[in-house]
Amino acid sequence: MSESMVQIRSVTKSYERGKQKVEVLHGLSLEIPKGDFVALMGPSGSGKTTLLNLIGGLDQPTSGEISVGGSRIDQLSSGQLANWRAHHVGFVFQFYNLMPVLTAEANVELPLLLTRLSAAQRKKNVAVALQVVGLSDRARHKPRELSGGQEQRVAIARALVSDPQLLVCDEPTGDLDRKTADEILGLLQVLNREHGKTIVMVTHDPKAAEFARRTLHLEKGQLLEQVAA
Amino acid sequence: MTKTGFVVANLFRKKTRTILTVLSVIMAFLLFGLLQSLNSIFSSGADFIGATRLVTQARVSFTTALPLSMVPKLEGVPGVARVAYSQWFGGVWQENTQLFTFAVDPQRYHDAYPEWVMPEEQWKEFANTRTAMIAGKNLADKYGWKVGQKIPISSNIYPQKNGSKSWAFDLVGIFDGKDESWRKQTNQVFINHDYFDEANQFGKGRTNFYFLKLAPGADAAAVTKTVDGMFENSPDETKTQTEKDFNLSFVKQIGDIGLIVRWILFAVFFTLLLVVGNTMAQSVRERVPELAVLKTLGFTDGSVLGFVLAEAVALCLVGGVIGLALATLLGAMVEKGTGGQFQLNVNGLIWVIGIATIVLMSMAVGLLPALRARRLKIVDALAGR
Repeated sequence: MSESMVQIRSVTKSYERGKQKVEVLHGLSLEIPKGDFVALMGPSGSGKTTLLNLIGGLDQPTSGEISVGGSRIDQLSSGQLANWRAHHVGFVFQFYNLMPVLTAEANVELPLLLTRLSAAQRKKNVAVALQVVGLSDRARHKPRELSGGQEQRVAIARALVSDPQLLVCDEPTGDLDRKTADEILGLLQVLNREHGKTIVMVTHDPKAAEFARRTLHLEKGQLLEQVAA
Repeated sequence: MTKTGFVVANLFRKKTRTILTVLSVIMAFLLFGLLQSLNSIFSSGADFIGATRLVTQARVSFTTALPLSMVPKLEGVPGVARVAYSQWFGGVWQENTQLFTFAVDPQRYHDAYPEWVMPEEQWKEFANTRTAMIAGKNLADKYGWKVGQKIPISSNIYPQKNGSKSWAFDLVGIFDGKDESWRKQTNQVFINHDYFDEANQFGKGRTNFYFLKLAPGADAAAVTKTVDGMFENSPDETKTQTEKDFNLSFVKQIGDIGLIVRWILFAVFFTLLLVVGNTMAQSVRERVPELAVLKTLGFTDGSVLGFVLAEAVALCLVGGVIGLALATLLGAMVEKGTGGQFQLNVNGLIWVIGIATIVLMSMAVGLLPALRARRLKIVDALAGR
């Protein structure tokens, strides 16, 4: 676990809120090795989601450097960043964010439309991803026909299907009951330990953080300390 | 799944809304097709090809009568085989039912219009009885008229010499059409011009229209030119046209058909822009987070713009093509139903203009929502800002 997956150096991030400029992250530096499973915790407004968005290439820093998997993503244009996201990172959201008009398998297939894979190969990859999350039997169901836990499993399959090395998860169990949350966290743990995925997870839930290898605490846009699990 | 499949799936997110929107597009393009073909009928130039009869009227207006002294001159024009004439009588049946009543010379009319079918003895009776009238079969059936009846008809234009506007005619024949299209037109009444000419209070020896039956192989355009040239700079200047143009000229009295059609289409498409534009805007507004997720997954701003535009194009294209196809079908039915009298032909040019309109409309209704989708910032959209 010595090679770096994420390297963040002196990153600041400011937002314009009306006429006010709000700095959310203040010169933050961080390194996440490949194969790590990091829980980001902290009070609301501490900058957890902002940091996650920067790591996932959803947003650009105001200043500083961000390297993910060896790519300086802070230097990429909007189009290049979209292309980078398609191939290098998978996302899991609190409210699953599945397309309600598509079946589970079509939702999982969506990121593969950006690849040159044949329809048959896409179908095969989708089947594997759904098998990994244990939802092969619900492939033809639409999101409204699935439980919250099942929806999140579909979302994880969608994040996995293009085989990215990095998964970023924003409160992945925030909308689930304890038992289901533990199942989802267990699944993430399997993906980290058995499939070597690097996972960065934002959570408010200390029990969820226990599934990670280590926990980082953010407060007022700065890292406080690192706690090993 | 394909990108096309994804666009289609999104279109059917709200089935009722999509179906209603497509229906409104269908209606708009149905109207577009029919009105454009109507407009092309009225805006087309004179077509003399295949004309077998010409109609001559006063150049000023068909309400201005021409002298009967023109008959021998018209008969002398090369290519004219027979000359008939007709005078609008302004007939009213019972309280206030308008009848298409014309005073004609029976024999000339019979010769010029072999399409009207009636036993020869009835034609003779019509020619030999001053107060005779003949009625079309549809009209006779409608009012239960029988040959031998005396039919009182008033004229809202011509009083008799005694001042009375009430006339009485002897029904001596009931005519039919030679085929389906002519049978549909048997809602007219013909009275004897000689009697009308003698008995009316307003003048003598004049008529509204001349019908020139052309000799086989005659050049209709040349006859037209000769006739109108013959009476140029005279007190009775003429305007000669084909029967088809003559019939259309009545409808043109309503006003500038082209302008009316353009205004109707403008109103229809303006309303359609609002309806489809609103549907598209609402559809994008409802799924801002979904569009942000697409971008998160790696779809570029351009791809997301493409998805939304493709939905607008699909809505307009499906509705537009169905509407134009229905207009083509209906136009053909109208043409067949009127025996070719009303050629409501949704031709290739109308299809080309229609497809161009579909493309323009798709852009007009899709571009703003698509640009909005393109501009979405992932972080803000996911956070619901």
